[in-house]
Amino acid sequence: MVRQSSVMDIISPIMVGPSSSHTAGAVRLGILAKNIYNKKPQKVIFRLYNSYSLTGKGHGTDKGLLAGVLGFGVDDARIRNIFDMDVGIEYDFEFTEDFNRHPNAVDIIFEGDLNMKIEGDSVGAGRVVIRKINEFSVKFTGQYNTLLLVCKDVPGMISRITGLIQNVNITSLHCDRQVRGEEASMSICLDGDLDEKAIKIFERLENLYLVRYVEKLGS
Amino acid sequence: MNSFEDLHCESERQNKRIYEMCQIAEAELADISVDDFRKLIKINLDAMKQTIKNGLARCELTFSGMCGADCSKLQARFAVRGALFGRLYEKITAYALAAGEENVRMGKIVACPTAGSCGIVPSVLAAVSEELQINEDEQINALITAGEIGRIISNKVALAGAVGGCQTECGAASAMSAGALVQLLGGNSQQILNAAALAMKNLLGLTCDPVCGLVEVPCVKRNPFLAIHAVSAAELALSGIVSQIPPDEVIDALKQTANLMSPMLKESAQAGLAKTKTAIMLERKIRQYQ
Ligand code: SF4
Repeated sequence: MVRQSSVMDIISPIMVGPSSSHTAGAVRLGILAKNIYNKKPQKVIFRLYNSYSLTGKGHGTDKGLLAGVLGFGVDDARIRNIFDMDVGIEYDFEFTEDFNRHPNAVDIIFEGDLNMKIEGDSVGAGRVVIRKINEFSVKFTGQYNTLLLVCKDVPGMISRITGLIQNVNITSLHCDRQVRGEEASMSICLDGDLDEKAIKIFERLENLYLVRYVEKLGS
Repeated sequence: MNSFEDLHCESERQNKRIYEMCQIAEAELADISVDDFRKLIKINLDAMKQTIKNGLARCELTFSGMCGADCSKLQARFAVRGALFGRLYEKITAYALAAGEENVRMGKIVACPTAGSCGIVPSVLAAVSEELQINEDEQINALITAGEIGRIISNKVALAGAVGGCQTECGAASAMSAGALVQLLGGNSQQILNAAALAMKNLLGLTCDPVCGLVEVPCVKRNPFLAIHAVSAAELALSGIVSQIPPDEVIDALKQTANLMSPMLKESAQAGLAKTKTAIMLERKIRQYQ
């Protein structure tokens, strides 16, 4: 019979406390946002919503988010004192409420050569989802290696792109567009690794504005 | 093997212990050797012990001021006047509190199954192993057993206070510890599963009503309580006492109870301890500092 789950999910992660959703989840959202932005920002603004806003300080959600954006892992002991560190970027936190958003929602807003707003939720037990990049809806959990693309909305784009993904299984494909004929986004989850060469091909494709290959999260 | 019944039958049929079957299946799932799988478990076991060690040595308070100094009080008293139940009891309670406090002061912990319940399995495992001088291999066997019990529970109900109340966090941790302890003491698979069932049965309905929405009150002190609770379950099971309701059915009851529990009592801080007069006052105070 197929094994439905692993004991490694039960006895893990090794993490800085106190909360898997509010601390470890926050670090993970930061890491994913950093990997999507993929540059050194001048400034990052974190806008915390609802439960993240109300209990964020007490759970170290603010510290976790910043740690993630700096590339720290969920078990990095420096997280606790991160506000005393010289981290080399400006950062700010806003605490707010919006009950149309998830209880544990955050916007991570990068400012610099490239401005980008990334929205994500911590959905429980340390699992997270990135829901939006700028105005595009995506679905990105960090559980799989994922190719994120923003492209011109022209016919045949999906088949062209998926046609270029060879030797790797696509586990899911999520598309969104705002206005017909303008920009569209795609998040493509993959079972295996995409090599540098393949990513380079994507980067050279016409009609593609943003190409990010983000590797899955470690434990 | 996705139910306790499967686990028990297979254990009898193959004449293998629960951890043995588990480690084979896990190694296969991760496409690694059994030895490598055990090495991964050892990393977590070591991290658990480190958490306890760190927690025993510290007493700084959390951001809210509600937790952080209790383990040192416990140790101070035990140093002068030993616990009524002796050395093992002292160690289990102090270790569980140490890990629970370490978690809320943002120390490094191993979620088992969650961060709030991170002191229960490690305290029982570490304290008993030290006192009875049980070797590391046996400790790994016990931790795998704990993980397998948690895994099977999680197949039916998510282990998260927001989904099932604290019965699915600290409750599950206590059931896992009870089974692990029976393994540590050489009980058979039936006794292991009964220990888990007995511990779980006694915690059905445990709500999650954290004060100010923080994983502090009642979470931290619940760790030593439910660690000791696990020991009682293990002692009963090792004496051949069985749960009249079979382990799988206890988990069915856990799931049903989780579904029936009001969302106000599932980590939303809208009822119970979280809405007491004092809790509301504390909440106001903490918000002022934000
Ligand atoms: S009371 Fe709630 S937050 Fe605290 S340990 Fe239990 S389930 Fe977790």
